[in-house]
Amino acid sequence: METITLTVKKVPELYLECEGLTPDALAGKSVDQIAKLPAYQGKEISTLGEYFTIAGSTGATAADTKIVVNGDCSKMKYIGAKMTAGEMVVNSDCDMYTGSWMSGGKLLVKGNVHSFCGLALKGGEFTIEGNAGNYLAAAYRGDWRGMSGGVLRVKGNAGSDVASFMTGGTLIIEGDVDIHLGTHMEGGKIILKGNANRRVGGQLVKGEIYVFGNINVMMPGYKKTGEVDLEVDGTKAKFDEYIGDLGERHPKKKGETVYGKLFMKK
Amino acid sequence: MSEYIIKNGHVFDSVTGIKGDKKDISVKDGKIVDKVGSSAKIVDAKGKTVMAGALDIHAHVAGPKVNAGRWYRPEDKHFDSHKVPGITRIEGGKSIPTVFKTGYAYARMGFTFVMEAAMPPMYARHVHEEIHDTPIIDEAALPVFGNNWFILEYLKNQEIENTAAYIAWILRQTKGYGVKCVNPGGTEAWAWGLNCLTIHDPVPYFDITPAEIITGLIAANEYLGLPHSFHLHQNDLGNPGNYTVTLDSLKLAEGVKPKNNFGREQVLHSTHLQFHSYGGDSFANIDSKAKEVMDYVNKQKNLTIDTGQVTLDETTTMTADGPFEHHLHALNHLKWFNVDVELETGAGVVPYIYSPNVTVNAIQWAIGLELALFAKDPERCFITTDHPNAGPFTRYPRVYSWLMSKKVRDERLNTFKNADKVISATYLAEIDREISLYELAQMTRSGPARALGLSKDYGGLAPGMNADIAIYNIDPDNFPTTGADIEKAFANVAYLFKDGKICVEEGKIVDMGHKQTFWVDAKVNENKQVMHDIKEKFLKYYSLNENNYPVPESYAPHQHILTVDAVQ
Repeated sequence: METITLTVKKVPELYLECEGLTPDALAGKSVDQIAKLPAYQGKEISTLGEYFTIAGSTGATAADTKIVVNGDCSKMKYIGAKMTAGEMVVNSDCDMYTGSWMSGGKLLVKGNVHSFCGLALKGGEFTIEGNAGNYLAAAYRGDWRGMSGGVLRVKGNAGSDVASFMTGGTLIIEGDVDIHLGTHMEGGKIILKGNANRRVGGQLVKGEIYVFGNINVMMPGYKKTGEVDLEVDGTKAKFDEYIGDLGERHPKKKGETVYGKLFMKK
Repeated sequence: MSEYIIKNGHVFDSVTGIKGDKKDISVKDGKIVDKVGSSAKIVDAKGKTVMAGALDIHAHVAGPKVNAGRWYRPEDKHFDSHKVPGITRIEGGKSIPTVFKTGYAYARMGFTFVMEAAMPPMYARHVHEEIHDTPIIDEAALPVFGNNWFILEYLKNQEIENTAAYIAWILRQTKGYGVKCVNPGGTEAWAWGLNCLTIHDPVPYFDITPAEIITGLIAANEYLGLPHSFHLHQNDLGNPGNYTVTLDSLKLAEGVKPKNNFGREQVLHSTHLQFHSYGGDSFANIDSKAKEVMDYVNKQKNLTIDTGQVTLDETTTMTADGPFEHHLHALNHLKWFNVDVELETGAGVVPYIYSPNVTVNAIQWAIGLELALFAKDPERCFITTDHPNAGPFTRYPRVYSWLMSKKVRDERLNTFKNADKVISATYLAEIDREISLYELAQMTRSGPARALGLSKDYGGLAPGMNADIAIYNIDPDNFPTTGADIEKAFANVAYLFKDGKICVEEGKIVDMGHKQTFWVDAKVNENKQVMHDIKEKFLKYYSLNENNYPVPESYAPHQHILTVDAVQ
């Protein structure tokens, strides 16, 4: 695997949309070619070379390419968005849409990310060492297709509306979340190691949510059905099992209604 | 204004009867002329196809429900936000493009006139604001009448003269073009939580049936002698077995003769017929009745139709057929927008994904093509996608490729997930017909122009007609063989002339043209009864004042008024 390093040399005045900063876009290109790739600031078209010092080399394919980004990326959007393979390490905070629509490869952000990151994640591994903002792993504004595959791990906290319209994959939040976790969820697994504020699993159709801490106010549409022993992300414990959201439609499989599940660690 | 001569092109034009022969077309002062001076600019169309500008007889491109789609579907225009070099603005949106993209995209495909198919009279200002902002193409809008309280009351008492006077008043207030009717009675019934699924289901409270509404509106349309005929979206859209309702509705036009001074020959235009040509009694056994429906249409010379071709895309359905949209939302669980427009109409909007893996969607796709391929008279059958309901209008080039090449459409048909089921439920596999360039010109140019009462100026290349000319990179002697090549050729004209000006060159917009808004001013006898009723309803029921109802001229500053004299 070849490594190419991009170091921020100029912080954008507004926000830079780095739609082309992925192993897919950079693979097989020389340092000069990469410097000429477009990046957008408002309605102006700029280049990656204007904002980054670029060194190293890329592999022939995305899978053979590792990108390391250094410097302050807190005003850069879409880093790693739509990546399908390869590896990226960002040693900074990032702005919105980081790792969104990702379908493969590994993306590691060693800082915080803003809102709308990991949107509609389809595959691959996305790890955030700091905190995440609102709408993590959710659907794009207006869309009904949230995270559908892959693994997304946040080592810190996340904001509100996390995993809205999630349909698959695994989301692990090691810290706390605010309101609206897994709203409209229709599949997949959320593991919350900390606490949640309110409205966990509102209008949830299908899927599983595991909560290790407390939920400030429980949704009224959840009914306790028993206790189970489980091993969740390496932790063995007893959980209370709930079904819900009883206010929402639920599909039937072989004559049985399939409910969403909420597990609360005892 | 510049003079042009388009030399050596293969001309396809049913108005002059030219079927691919080389003929030079001369342009002067925005019109096609017999000859031009020696200083005329020469456009070399050697090895290219020359046709008149195309007309779309039915598309939802402007107004409140289109805009509802835009604001509640930000995901539809995501990743479209970057400006490209040139004179165009950012082109956002796929199934519900911005007004700018609407104008550019139609022009790039060779279109010069588009009919907005459903204008709620109360929100006519919004429709005209958007039409005014849509560049290059000429447009008009059809106000909806089929669920309007005035109409329901007049027609219950069979008062055709009052109905006609009210229609004339609405056309003038809203700068409307003709009489559209969506799910007659059904949308009013929806306000009561009901629907009208046959033409004999009574409308709650009003005690009138869809059949009476259809018959009455056809009569009122011919009483006025409007340029376009009554334009009908039938009851029971989208449901298995609905073709009998379709035939019942079409039969209501039997024996009615067109009466107008615009060369129009039909009295009923049946729109997006694909959605109304289903057999079976459930989505499990739905099948095509395209043949049964077209056998009838082919015999009845006073009918025209458009297809409503499913394009197999993610799109946004939107219609004044409120109950249908609720039905669709219950099927796919996607977001639902619903609105009631006071005394006049209603509307719903729901996103929908037509998938090649879903048998019903593939059958719908086949039915749309069958309607066009079974049509004996291409001058009476028009190609539409009921944009955006069956797919975005930007897919017309792909639709043409399916119609013009059996190979291309069989490739699609045979690779559906459940191809066997689709083939056994439809006629398409057995149809060998390929639409020719001449027939395409009839279905997209002269046909819709005549049906809209615009055949004097649009749809042909005879001297005196508008110099709206599309030149495609298609050599008829060497017609493209792959779907992708056919699509590419129709998606980007080599040149588009609009009123004698070159607006598109090799797919690039080079001029915004001078778009016009068409509307019909129908003069009728003074009618004290109708004027009294209007005043009373505004006082009693409307949420706005009668004086704030009309669309001022400032909303349609580039208007083109067609005048009709129905004073008796």
